[in-house]
Amino acid sequence: MIKKNNIIFKNLYGRDDPFLKSAIRRGDWKDIKKILKKEPGEIIKIIKESGLRGRGGAGFSTGMKWDFMPKSRDKQHYLVINADEGEPGTCKDRDIIRNEPHKLIEGCLISGYAIGATKCYIYIRGEFFNEASILQKAIDEAYANKLLGKKIKGSNFDFDLYLHYGSGAYVCGEETALIESLEGKKGQPRLKPPFPASVGLYGMPTTVNNVETIAVVPSIIRRGHDWFSKLGRKNNTGSKIFCISGHVNNPCNVEEELGVPLKYLIQKYAGDVIGGWNNLKAVIPGGSSVPLLPKDLCEDVLMDFDSLKDAGSALGTAGIIVINKNVNITKVILRLSEFYKHESCGQCTPCREGTGWLMRMMDRIYKNGASVEELDLLQEVTTQIEGHTICALGDAAAWPIQGLLKHFRDDLLKKPKKVEKVA
Amino acid sequence: MSQISFKKIAEDKIQPKEFSFSSKNMILVKKILKIYPKNNQESSIMPLLSIAQNQNNGWLPKKAIEYVSSFLEIPEIKVLEIATFYSMYNLSPVGKFHIEVCTTSPCMLRGSDDILSFCQKKLAIQIGGISKDKMFSLNRVECLGACVNAPVVKINENYYEDLDLNTTDKLINNIFTNKKIKIGSQSGRKGSEPRKNSYDKKK
Repeated sequence: MIKKNNIIFKNLYGRDDPFLKSAIRRGDWKDIKKILKKEPGEIIKIIKESGLRGRGGAGFSTGMKWDFMPKSRDKQHYLVINADEGEPGTCKDRDIIRNEPHKLIEGCLISGYAIGATKCYIYIRGEFFNEASILQKAIDEAYANKLLGKKIKGSNFDFDLYLHYGSGAYVCGEETALIESLEGKKGQPRLKPPFPASVGLYGMPTTVNNVETIAVVPSIIRRGHDWFSKLGRKNNTGSKIFCISGHVNNPCNVEEELGVPLKYLIQKYAGDVIGGWNNLKAVIPGGSSVPLLPKDLCEDVLMDFDSLKDAGSALGTAGIIVINKNVNITKVILRLSEFYKHESCGQCTPCREGTGWLMRMMDRIYKNGASVEELDLLQEVTTQIEGHTICALGDAAAWPIQGLLKHFRDDLLKKPKKVEKVA
Repeated sequence: MSQISFKKIAEDKIQPKEFSFSSKNMILVKKILKIYPKNNQESSIMPLLSIAQNQNNGWLPKKAIEYVSSFLEIPEIKVLEIATFYSMYNLSPVGKFHIEVCTTSPCMLRGSDDILSFCQKKLAIQIGGISKDKMFSLNRVECLGACVNAPVVKINENYYEDLDLNTTDKLINNIFTNKKIKIGSQSGRKGSEPRKNSYDKKK
């Protein structure tokens, strides 16, 4: 569906070199001097009109988020990039960081300029050591070529960009937990309000954006909001990197327009479901935190924020996990329950205790099958967690199970014939 | 059910008697201190702990936690809190090759359980264990964020992707025999590209 000249991440697969010389050849940093001559308000307006929605999961309008930042510049403003990618099924930021680092750096500069932030931290997960080394090298290149630092390209704008390594905590992908972690504390989310735009990093106004969101900003500024908003569908504009994993013949990352049919993505790029389309059981369309879609809904659902919401799921990070009939689906969701149990930060009681309950109940159901009462109890526990915690990790633990209960209740009631060995 | 090992602080008899940054690491530390505002030096706890862990063969002894705390003039409990909260800090010794197998759903769907039990058998160690010669340690971890290249194994700081039992066997044999091992995909594709060039044909 997407035309070749509309593809933003031309080097997504790393067939070309990631560094400055090649990045400039691919069109990065072009006319940066001219862009920095625009008024910051004008840049925010372009992003608003492009309809860009955050690519990190929540899908909030990026332009609007930037607009929340105070206009006065008497306090230090911060831009923080969330590169703590760890949502199961998602691996798009890793490819941007290792293959298109200059898109991210340039995006940081332009976004920082727009919101008046002269300092930017990129919070990258500690496991991405090699990726971060590439990014650091690209940052050093940008400093050496005066694309970062003091008085960039003859403007009056100073901008410093630093890398901060995380150390293995999924919850730090939540923006306030990320700020806490950056301040040298345990990554436990803060209550909102106050929102980071008023009280963020070190108590200063802060915007936290996902890697992909920031990396598409330069292309939008250069090619105009019209170009971007013509891609995709109304309210769901632009292109997006989809990660297709699980039971497909060729798992891959691919950039496509929003609103592309799920079936098309799986068949065209990922070489179809293992065992053919009819062997499909369900798809988790937006990273592990969203409810799954059974096969009949997968036939014609479109991959964008609103269509998936209407289908009872969410676009999330667009990490598509394909599950076929060869596996016990309870086991797949059980694994996710284990994941959330492990990653709960322990701050809110419903999540800290509830994720453990969910995991143990799921384990029991996986091994012994369930009675109707037990499924009702499971449902009850998920609703006790959902909405009763500071951050969305509690919801994220509840939703996959709710999806399972909604669509595969009959499967759960069947007594399992043979239990596969759990590692 | 979950067998992801929880943090055990190493016994006193294997804890080193002292710890301080090497002169080489001190240069790095000074660089890191500069990137945070003067009044917010707490931010450097995490990077400093990582440096300490690297200097001490991949694990954080008690003395290193004490040292970082007095170095930054921050109460020890705050540093210990960080060291226990984040999963990448090891509080007991790990092998020279610290093998972490991702077993979250996307990797599980592509056979990570088999790879984990294969590693257990091949190396004769349990999950969370370390071999007698201190060469290998094995752990099960949550999502490593390389799901389209599943199953994924992380050995020290490198990812090995698109594994099956054959390539895992080869990988470990190459470590045994000190051969150089290719980082990244073991199936011959580049990054996250579709294995067959369906993407190219469309263009």
